[in-house]
Amino acid sequence: MIAFWVLAPLMVAAALGILFVRKAVHAALLLAVVMISLAVLYAALDAPFLFAVQIIVYTGAILMLFLFVLMLVGVDASDSVVETIRAQRVLATIAGLLFGGTVIVGLAQVSFGTMVGLDQAQPDGNVPALADLLFSKYVFAFETTSALLITAAIGAMVLAHRERITPKAGQAELAAGRMRDYAATGKHPGPLPAPGVFARANAVDTPALLPDGTAEPTSVSRVLAARGTVRSAPALADDIETVQESLGVTPEEAPEVSGKSGAAATPEEDQ
Amino acid sequence: MNTEPYIVLSAILFTIGCIGVLVRRNAIVVFMCVELMLNASNLALVTFAKANGNLEGQVAAFFVMVVAAAEVVVGLAIIMTIFRTRRSASVDDASLLKY
Repeated sequence: MIAFWVLAPLMVAAALGILFVRKAVHAALLLAVVMISLAVLYAALDAPFLFAVQIIVYTGAILMLFLFVLMLVGVDASDSVVETIRAQRVLATIAGLLFGGTVIVGLAQVSFGTMVGLDQAQPDGNVPALADLLFSKYVFAFETTSALLITAAIGAMVLAHRERITPKAGQAELAAGRMRDYAATGKHPGPLPAPGVFARANAVDTPALLPDGTAEPTSVSRVLAARGTVRSAPALADDIETVQESLGVTPEEAPEVSGKSGAAATPEEDQ
Repeated sequence: MNTEPYIVLSAILFTIGCIGVLVRRNAIVVFMCVELMLNASNLALVTFAKANGNLEGQVAAFFVMVVAAAEVVVGLAIIMTIFRTRRSASVDDASLLKY
């Protein structure tokens, strides 16, 4: 029972976390906590076979599948907070709590008594006893399971397969397409500019500076921009005076700083 | 060893899974909550196996796990297909059958 009282609050907390976290990856990790704790509870309940299956199938296979799909769908795909049905969130929570209350009140009416224990049922251990049951009484269900698994595998392959309806673009077509874009919209045909590397920052979240001192948005990754972690060039140059003071250099004799003065300049000045 | 705490824990986890299915919008998280409900029922089955002194509950839990594995494979493939055509994993966006 010690394992139970340690793990039960942990599991309930992790399960509640699934309801409240914004990011799907965090929900998957919290689900992993619940599943591994359940595996330990199975071990405490004299089910070593299910303990292994829980870890291998649930945490090993199913959760990895969830994480794979999350990577494919995009990690930044988080929940929208807009409610399509009015007050659905509140009503759903109330309905869920009512359901939970009903179940627990119903359970309180029943007396289960103490556990009989599995010593009689599995004299040679858990796995041989389970195998006896699976391959005698439940052999038909077991065989049907194989049909189910094959159907699921083929179904997943059919759903995930995509016919190519246009021919694959080769290098020559891609180059021709780039030049066509350049002619039509003026899009630069070459590679994107590299991120800015300055003396104070050499990370890829620093945008490159154009000759007029403004930041070039295409020089940083789109994902970083979506997360809002791109550093602005003026922010980098903000404490330039304190650095100059600490070095004992006056602003007049210091080399020209691109960024601080240039960032304030508008691009129109160059034209 | 008492049976009740395990059954109550199972009921709590099942309720949390239920609320999650109703509240969350991301299809993958909804799916995770379904898995949570399956796991909660598995805990009840394994507990009852020990409480009653026979292994039928464990066999049932084993079959639930197999069906859950198959269900996850097909369900995630469906979510992938929807995401590929609609560029969204939100359950609110898939409302074509409504109109």
